[in-house]
Amino acid sequence: MKAAFATTLVALLAFGASTSAEISGDVVKIGVLNDMSSLYADISGPGSAEAARMAIADFGGTVNGKKIELISADHQNKPDIGSAIATQWFDNDGVDVIVDVPTSSVALAVQEVARNKGKVFLISGAAASDLTGKACSPTSVHWTYDTVALANGTGSAVVKAGGDTWFFITADYAFGHALERDTVKVVEDNGGKILGKVRAPLNTPDFSSFLLQAQSSKAKIIGLANAGGDTINSIKQAAEFGIVEGGQKLAGLLVFITDINSLGLQTANGLQLTEAFYWDQNDATRAWSKRFMDKMKRQPTMVQAGVYGAVTHYLAAIKATGSDDGLTVVKQMKATPVNDFMTKNGKIRDDGTLVRDMYLFEVKKPSESKGPWDYYKQIAVIPGEEAFKLPGPNQCRWSRGDAGERRRDLTAKSDV
Amino acid sequence: MFEWLQLTVPPAPAMFAQLLVGLINGAFYAMLSLGLAVIFGLLNIINFTHGAQYMLGAFCAWFLLNALGLGYWPALILAPIIVGALGIAIERLLLRHIYGLDHLYGLLLTFGLALIIEGVFRQQFGSSGQPYAIPSELQSGRNLGFMFLPNYRAWVIVASLVLCLATWFTIERTRLGAYLRAATENPVLVQAFGINVPRMITLTYGAGVGLAALAGVMAAPIYQVSPLMGSNIIITVFAVVVIGGMGSILGAIVSGFALGLVEGLTKVFYPEASSTVIFVIMALVLLVKPAGFFGRAA
Repeated sequence: MKAAFATTLVALLAFGASTSAEISGDVVKIGVLNDMSSLYADISGPGSAEAARMAIADFGGTVNGKKIELISADHQNKPDIGSAIATQWFDNDGVDVIVDVPTSSVALAVQEVARNKGKVFLISGAAASDLTGKACSPTSVHWTYDTVALANGTGSAVVKAGGDTWFFITADYAFGHALERDTVKVVEDNGGKILGKVRAPLNTPDFSSFLLQAQSSKAKIIGLANAGGDTINSIKQAAEFGIVEGGQKLAGLLVFITDINSLGLQTANGLQLTEAFYWDQNDATRAWSKRFMDKMKRQPTMVQAGVYGAVTHYLAAIKATGSDDGLTVVKQMKATPVNDFMTKNGKIRDDGTLVRDMYLFEVKKPSESKGPWDYYKQIAVIPGEEAFKLPGPNQCRWSRGDAGERRRDLTAKSDV
Repeated sequence: MFEWLQLTVPPAPAMFAQLLVGLINGAFYAMLSLGLAVIFGLLNIINFTHGAQYMLGAFCAWFLLNALGLGYWPALILAPIIVGALGIAIERLLLRHIYGLDHLYGLLLTFGLALIIEGVFRQQFGSSGQPYAIPSELQSGRNLGFMFLPNYRAWVIVASLVLCLATWFTIERTRLGAYLRAATENPVLVQAFGINVPRMITLTYGAGVGLAALAGVMAAPIYQVSPLMGSNIIITVFAVVVIGGMGSILGAIVSGFALGLVEGLTKVFYPEASSTVIFVIMALVLLVKPAGFFGRAA
C-alpha cells in the first residue's frame, strides 16, 4: 500500500514537472483547410490533403503509439467561413493542428483563432508576411514562402536587370497588398521608382483595362501582385494587347507551376519567377513528386510539397516531446533544423518564418521543353538569409527584442 | 475625403481606349444575356444552366482541338450545335415537365444541373484552366493611334453585334419569330392553327443554349478554358438581364453593351468597385423601375 502510494506520488511529481507531456484525446488530429473548389484549388486543394496523407503514412500512421488522423475542409476563400471551421475543429472535433490555408485574408483569421486556443498553425498556402509580422503568433510556423521572399527573389532580380520603373496590378485583399508593399520596398531600396498602381478585385476575368492603364504609365515593369487565375488572365491578356512587344516587361511576383501549365509555354516563356520547390530539381524532389503524380495525376506545387514537409516536421516534434501542446511542439520545431526533400538546413526564425533557400526560375521556350511539366530552368539560388531578409525592422512583437512582450502575450492567452 | 477616387482623368485617347475595352466585355454580356432573354421570354424558364453551357462551349472547342485537331473556326460552328443538342436533350427529358409550375422550380432544376456539370468538369480538369490559343489569322493587332487593338477583340465586337442583331431580327421581324411569340402568348390557339408548339419550344431552348456555347467558344482564347468560367460570369449576366428587363431581347443587348461600358469606366476611376458596380445599378433599377429598362410591367 505504502509502496503503491509512493509510486503514485513519484508519478504525480514527474507528471507535474511537465504537465504538457501528453497527447490530448489519445489521437493527433491534423486538419487541412484550404480552397478545395475555386481559383486556388489546384495550387493547394485536394493535392495538399494528399500530401498530408503521404506524410502521415510515411511517418507510420502513429506517433508514440497514438493514432494520427486527417480531416480536410473547404474555406471557399472567405475569412468568416475559415474561422468558423477552425473554431469548430479546435472546440468540438479535437483537431490539434491546422495546415495549409491559402488566401492570406483567411489565414490571418484562422491564425487568430489558433493563437487564442494555443493550437498549432502550419501555413503553406498563404503568402502575406504579416502572418509572421504584425499578426505573428507563438504557435504558428510559416512554412513554404512569403511575400518578403517573393519580393527579394523576383523583385530584386528584375530591378538589378535594369527594370527600375514599376506599375503594379494588385489583387485587392490582404495578400496582394502585402506583396505590393514588400516589393515596393525592395524596388525603392534598389534605386527603382514606382509610377503607379491599380487594385483589381479578386477573381477578375478581364484585365485589359488595368493593362492599358499600366501601358500608358510607360513603366518598364508591370508587377503582377496577384495569384492563380488572376495571374493567368493578366499574362494571357498582356500578350494579346502586345504589352511585351511594346517594350514593357511583366514581373509575375507569385507564379505557380500549375499557372504555367494553364498558360502554355508559348505565352509564358521567358517569365522569371521565385519558388521554393520545383519537381525536377534533383533525385529527391523527382522521387517524391513521382509518388504525388501517381496519386494526383499532376505535378505538385511548392505549397503541396510544403504541406508534406510541415506535417512531417510537426510529427517529429511530437515524437521528441511526447506532447501535442501547441507551444511545446512549436518550440521543439523551432529548435530543430529542417531537412527533407525540398529544404536543406532550414531554420525556423523566432517569429515563425521558416528560413530556407528559394530559387529563381525562368520559364522554358516551347523548343526547350521535353514534355508535359518540363517548364522551368533554374537561374539562381537565393540563400535563405537573403530571401527572407526583412526590408525593415521586424514587426513581430517579441522579435523586436522585447522578450517581455512574448511572455505577456502567452500569459494573456492562457487565460482564454 | 475622396482619395479613393482616382480623380485624375486620363487624356482623351486613353479614355477612348478604356471605353472600347469596356465595349468588348459588353459584347460578352450581350451575347450571354441574349440567350437568357430568349429562353425566358419564350419558355418562361430562368435558365441557371446558362453559365455551365457557356463553359461547355469553351470545353467543346478545346476537345475538338486536342482530340480531333479541329481548330477555332470549325469549333465556332460545331460547338454550338453539339452543346445545343445537349440542351435539347435536357429540355426533352427534364424541363418540359415543369412548364406548368412556378418559376422557382425551373430555377432550382437548372441551378442543380449547373452545379452537377461544373462539379464533374472540376473533378476531371481541376480549377486552373486549359490553354487555348488565339486563331493564327487573328493573332496580332493594329495600332489605332490611341491604342493597340488586338484583332481578336475587334472580331469579338463585330461578331457579337451581328449575332445580336440577327437574333433580334429573327424574333421581332420574321414569320418564325411571330409564331414563337404567339406560341408564348397562347400555345393552345397557335397549336390549333397546325403549328407544332412543343417542337418549336424545344428548338428555341436548343438555340438559346447554342448562343451560350458560341459565346463560350469566343471567350476561350481570351479567358481560361476553366470549369469555373461560367459561374464567374453568370451572376453578372443575370444582373444585366434584370436591368434590361427579363425576357426583353432588345433590353438584353442594349444593357449588355451599356453595362460593359459602365464597368470599364469604373475600372479607371474606382477599380476596387468594378466587380460590384453592376449589382449596385441592378439594385437601383429594381427600386425605380422593377420591370427593368425595356421590360413590360407584369
